[in-house]
Amino acid sequence: MASSSIEFRKELFADERPEDLNEIGKPKQRQDALGHVTGRTAYFDDHKFEGLLHMRCVRSPHHHARIRSVNTSAAEIMPGVVRIVRPQDIPNNMNTMLSIIGFGRDDEALLQDKKVAYKGEPVIAIIGETELQVRNACKVVQVDYEVLPHVLDVEEALTPQAPVVNEEYPNNTFDYHDLYDHQKLRFGDVNGAFAKADHVIEGEYQMSPIEQAPMETCGAIAAPETNDRYVCYTSTQALFFSLGLSAKFLNVSSSRLHFIGGTVGGGFGGKVDSLHEPMAVLGSMLTGRPVKFMWDRAEEMQVGAPRGAERWRLKDGVMNDGRIVAREFTGFFDAGAYTRLSSYAIIKGTGHLPGPYSIPNVAANVYCVYTNRTPATAMRGFGITAVDFAIEAHMDKVAEAVRMNPIELRILNAYRDGEMKAHRRLAKNTALIECCQVAAQKGNWAIRPEFSAMSSLQGDSAKVDIPPTVVDHDGKIGDRKRGVINDAAPSKDGQVSDKPTSTVAPVTATQAMGEAAREPARVGADTMPSRVRSAEQESMPARDLPQPPAPTPAPPPAPAVPQQSAFAAPQNTPSDPPSTPVVPSTQQEPYTRGFKRPGTSPFVRGTRRR
Amino acid sequence: MAVHKGRGFSCINYPIGMNLGGDPSQALVHSTPDGKFMVTLSAIDLGQGMKQVSRQIAAETLGVPIEDVYVDTADSDTGPHDMGSFASRGTHRVGNAVIQAAREARSVMLDAAAEELEVSAADLETDGKGNIHVKGAPSRTIAVADTAIAAQFRQGRTISGRGIFLIPMSDVDPDTGEMTPVSCFAHAAVVLDLQVDDETGEVEVLEVNSAYEVGRALNPKMVEQQLIGGAWMGISHALFETTEPHYPNRDYGATDFNHYLMPGPGQVVPHHIAVLERPAEDAPYGGKGPGEMCANPLLPAVTNAVYNAVGVRIDALPVTPEKILRGIKANGGARPQGQSWEV
Amino acid sequence: MAKMPLQFSLNGRDTAIFVNGGENMLETLRRGVGDMSPKYGCAQGTCGSCTVIVDGQPQLSCLTLSQTMEGRSVETVSGLSDGPQLHALQQAFMDGFAAQCGYCTGGMLMAAKALLMNNPNPSRDDVVEAISGNVCRCTGYEPIIDAILDAATKMRGRAM
Repeated sequence: MASSSIEFRKELFADERPEDLNEIGKPKQRQDALGHVTGRTAYFDDHKFEGLLHMRCVRSPHHHARIRSVNTSAAEIMPGVVRIVRPQDIPNNMNTMLSIIGFGRDDEALLQDKKVAYKGEPVIAIIGETELQVRNACKVVQVDYEVLPHVLDVEEALTPQAPVVNEEYPNNTFDYHDLYDHQKLRFGDVNGAFAKADHVIEGEYQMSPIEQAPMETCGAIAAPETNDRYVCYTSTQALFFSLGLSAKFLNVSSSRLHFIGGTVGGGFGGKVDSLHEPMAVLGSMLTGRPVKFMWDRAEEMQVGAPRGAERWRLKDGVMNDGRIVAREFTGFFDAGAYTRLSSYAIIKGTGHLPGPYSIPNVAANVYCVYTNRTPATAMRGFGITAVDFAIEAHMDKVAEAVRMNPIELRILNAYRDGEMKAHRRLAKNTALIECCQVAAQKGNWAIRPEFSAMSSLQGDSAKVDIPPTVVDHDGKIGDRKRGVINDAAPSKDGQVSDKPTSTVAPVTATQAMGEAAREPARVGADTMPSRVRSAEQESMPARDLPQPPAPTPAPPPAPAVPQQSAFAAPQNTPSDPPSTPVVPSTQQEPYTRGFKRPGTSPFVRGTRRR
Repeated sequence: MAVHKGRGFSCINYPIGMNLGGDPSQALVHSTPDGKFMVTLSAIDLGQGMKQVSRQIAAETLGVPIEDVYVDTADSDTGPHDMGSFASRGTHRVGNAVIQAAREARSVMLDAAAEELEVSAADLETDGKGNIHVKGAPSRTIAVADTAIAAQFRQGRTISGRGIFLIPMSDVDPDTGEMTPVSCFAHAAVVLDLQVDDETGEVEVLEVNSAYEVGRALNPKMVEQQLIGGAWMGISHALFETTEPHYPNRDYGATDFNHYLMPGPGQVVPHHIAVLERPAEDAPYGGKGPGEMCANPLLPAVTNAVYNAVGVRIDALPVTPEKILRGIKANGGARPQGQSWEV
Repeated sequence: MAKMPLQFSLNGRDTAIFVNGGENMLETLRRGVGDMSPKYGCAQGTCGSCTVIVDGQPQLSCLTLSQTMEGRSVETVSGLSDGPQLHALQQAFMDGFAAQCGYCTGGMLMAAKALLMNNPNPSRDDVVEAISGNVCRCTGYEPIIDAILDAATKMRGRAM
C-alpha cells in the first residue's frame, strides 16, 4: 500500500527566505486543471481543419547506406496520394539546431538525398488524404541503397579505420573550439595527486539510450492562413526555435509563419528538435491545404531522438580519511548520426564536473561521438543524468575502499559556499550537506554528530584559490583519425604553466545579469597569454568569504587492511616525469565551415561560436 | 534462494537554465479596462505548470489576487520571444521576465491610483485582495478595478509592462574548460530501500526518503507533483528503460509500451519527501526549477542499493534481472553487504 | 472509398455519421464527430489515452472498429460532467493534483468511471487493476490512484 508524504523544512535557511508573500508559496490550483479533467484542453492535434492531409516519411532500413536512386512512380499512383515531397523541395535542406545560437555547423538534412546514416532516417515524404493511404504509399517507394560499413560503438567510432558517419565531422567527433576533438576540463594536477593518494579507484559506467515517451507523440499541423501566411499548431517545447528553424529550412520570412503551441502532452526534452514544423509547413506550401505530420508511437520510440547513451570512466585519488584529492573523467556522448544538442550538453556536463564536491584536482576529456544510430537529443537532466549516475555509483565504491559511511563521505567532500569549482567560479547558494543530513534523518541512516553539525555555509578557506594547473594540447582535431593518438583519457604528460594561476574574477550571477559576456582568461595555457584584468583581480571575492575555522572533521581511524577492495589500485606508482606533448599539431583549420548559407533566415544569427 | 534487502544513497546538484546563458525570455503584462491582468508569453507548458507558476509570480508582483491574472502563452503573433521550455529554464528565466514586466505594470497602476487619491505613488501599497491604499491609512483606498478604469478612460494611461531576462552567453576555454555556467543550482539527496530476489533477479523498490532543495517552492503542490513523478521516472530509468536493450547493437528496440518498460500503477513506491528552500539570489522569489533534477539521484541510489542487497555492482543501466543473476552467479551467490563502514 | 452510415449514442445524445470501412472509433470520434477528448497515444492499444466507455465497459477506441458501435452507447470524458457540475472523479483529480500534462487524464477518468460504475467500493488493488492499461508519464500514478479512491469515498457518501 503506497502512501507518500511531503514536508517543508521551513526552519532550514529561514533567515534567507522572507515568508511575507501573498501568492508565492501557496498551493494554488493550476490554471489548466479544469481543462485537463473536462477533456477541453486543446493540444496541437485538437484543431479541426477541413481537408486535412497526412504526411509520412519513407525511412532507411539500413544503419548506413548511400542512396543510389529513388523510384516513387508506384507511390504516385496509389489512391489518395497528393504529393511526393523530395529533398529538392526543401529550399535550404541543411541545418544544425543550435545554429539558432551560432553553435556548431549545419550537418543534418530534413530529408536525405545522398546518404543515410541511421536506421530510420527519412528519405522521402508522402502527403495523402488519409493516414492509411500514405502508409500504404510509403511501402511501395523503391530506394536503391548501397550499404556501407557502419559503426555503433562510441569508442570504435574513434578509431582510424571507423567509417565516417557524418561528412561535416569526418573524425566522428564534434570539433570543439576549432581545436580539439573533445572538451577539456583541467583544474590542478590530477596525476600528481594520484601519485600521492592512498587509494586510486577506477570505474566505468554506461547509460543506454532512453525514450522521453511523452503520451502525446511529436507533431505539427500547418495550414494556409490569410495574407499569404501559414499557421502551424505544434507540440514543440520551444516555439521560436521551431519557428526560426522552419524559416531557415524553407527560406521564408519568419513574418509569414504564425506558430501556436504552448499546451503540450508531455515533452521531457523530446520535443525540442523542430523536425515536424518545417515539414508540415512545407507540405502546406506544396499542396495549399492543411497538412499534419505526426509521429506514430513506433516512430516516437525509434526515430524520435532519445536521451543519448553515455559512457563515463572515472578515476579517483582518495586519502585514507576519505578526502578525494583528485578526480579524472573520460566521457563519451553517443550523439548518433548528427549533432542536434549533444555538443552543447557536453559543455553543460563539463561545467558540472566533478559533481557537487570540492575536489582540488580535476581533469576531464569529454567526447561528442557520431555513430550510425538515431541522433540523440535532450531529455530530463540532459548532460547531467548519466554523469551523476557515474559519480554517485563511484562515490559508493570510494566509500567502500576507505570503509566509510557513504553519507559521511559525501558530506566530507561536499562543495560549500565560497569554494572554488573546477570551472573556476566560486560556489554559492549551496545546500548539498543539508540535503544529505535531512535525507539521512528521514531514512534512519545514522551519521556521526560532527557530520550532522556541518553546514554548506561554512566554506573551507583553503579551497578558495585556483590551483596551479597542468595543461596539455593532446587530441587535436583529426589526430585520432591519423593514428597519432589513441588514448582518450586526459593526458599524463601535461605541464604546469608558470603563468599566474588566477587571472579572472569569478562572475557572480548578479554581475552576469548586468554585464556583457566576457571572454574567459585562459589559465595556465602556455601558448596563450593570460589576460590579466587588474580591476577584476582586485574584486576576487576571497576576502568576502565567510572565514570560519576550516572544518576539519576527525578522520576516521585508518582501516587495518585498506587495500582489500578490488577497486583500489596499488598506490605509490611513480609519477611520470613531465614531458613535452607527444602530438605535433599540424592541422589548425582542417575543415570547411558549413554554417552560413544562402537563404538563411535573418532570425538565425550568422556568427559562429568559437 | 532468498529475498535480500538493501539500501542505497545518492546526492546531486543540478544546474538551472541553459548552461552558458544567452537564452532570453520575454513577457508582456497588461491590464484589461477593469483591472484584470493578462500575462502574454511564448513559454511552453508541457505539464510542468508553466502557466500556473507564471500566473502566481505575476499576481505576487502586481499585488493582485491570482484569480485576476491569466496567462496566455505560445502564439507567436502575440507572445514575445522565449527560448523554450528545457534545461530547467522555464521558471527561472520566464519567471524573472514576468517579474520585470509585472513591476513595470504595477508602477503605472500605482501612478494612476496616486493621481486618483491625490497622493504620491511611493506612499501606496497593494493589499493583494484587489485594493490599493495609502500606507498606514487603509481607509484611503481605491480598488484596482477603479484604478484601471480611471487609467483607461480618464487619465489615458496603459497599465502594462515589458520584461526580459537574459544571462549573457559565456565563453568556454578550450584548454581548461573555464566557463561561467549557470547561476544557480538545485540539490537533492535520497535514501532508497529495495529488495532483490536472488532466484529471479527481480528488484522491488520498497521506499524512498528524500530531501530536495528547490530554492523556494513557488507552488508546493506543483513541486510535489514534480518530485513524486520525477522520482518515479528516475526509478523507471534505473530498472527498466532503454530504447536499445542490446546497446550498442540496435536490435530488439521497443516500438510500443508493451516492450518499452516502465513501472505501472501497481509498482508505486512510497516516497517521503522533505523540501528545503534556500532561495537563489537571481531566481524569481528564489525558486529554482525542480523538474529535471528530481529524477537524477534515483538512478545511482538504485544501483547502490542493489549492491548493498546482493553484492552485485550494476554499472551499466538499466538494472535487469539478467544482469543481477549473472552477477550473483559470478560471485558464487548473493553477498549481502550490510554495513561495511566502522561507526 | 465507400462510406457507411453509423448511428450511436455519444454522451447520451443520438449521433449519426458516415465512416470509412476499417475506420477506428478514435478517428471517428475525433475527426468525424469532432469530440477531441479521446487522445491518440499509440493506436496500438498499449497506452489507454483513447479509453472510452461503451455500454458501461471501458474500451480502447483506437482498437474499436467504428462499424461495431452501431446502436451502442459511447461515453467520453467530454460528457463526464453534468453540465457545469463536475463529476466527483473530475473534482478529485483537480483537488489531488492528479493531472500534469493532462494528455492521459481523459482516458484515466474513463477507466476510473467504468470501475466505479461496476464497483462503487473499490480497494486500492482494484483501482490499480482498473488503470493498469493506462500509461501516465508525468505523475508516477500515485496521485491518480489516490484521487480515484477519494472520489469513490465521496460518491458513496453522496449515495447514502
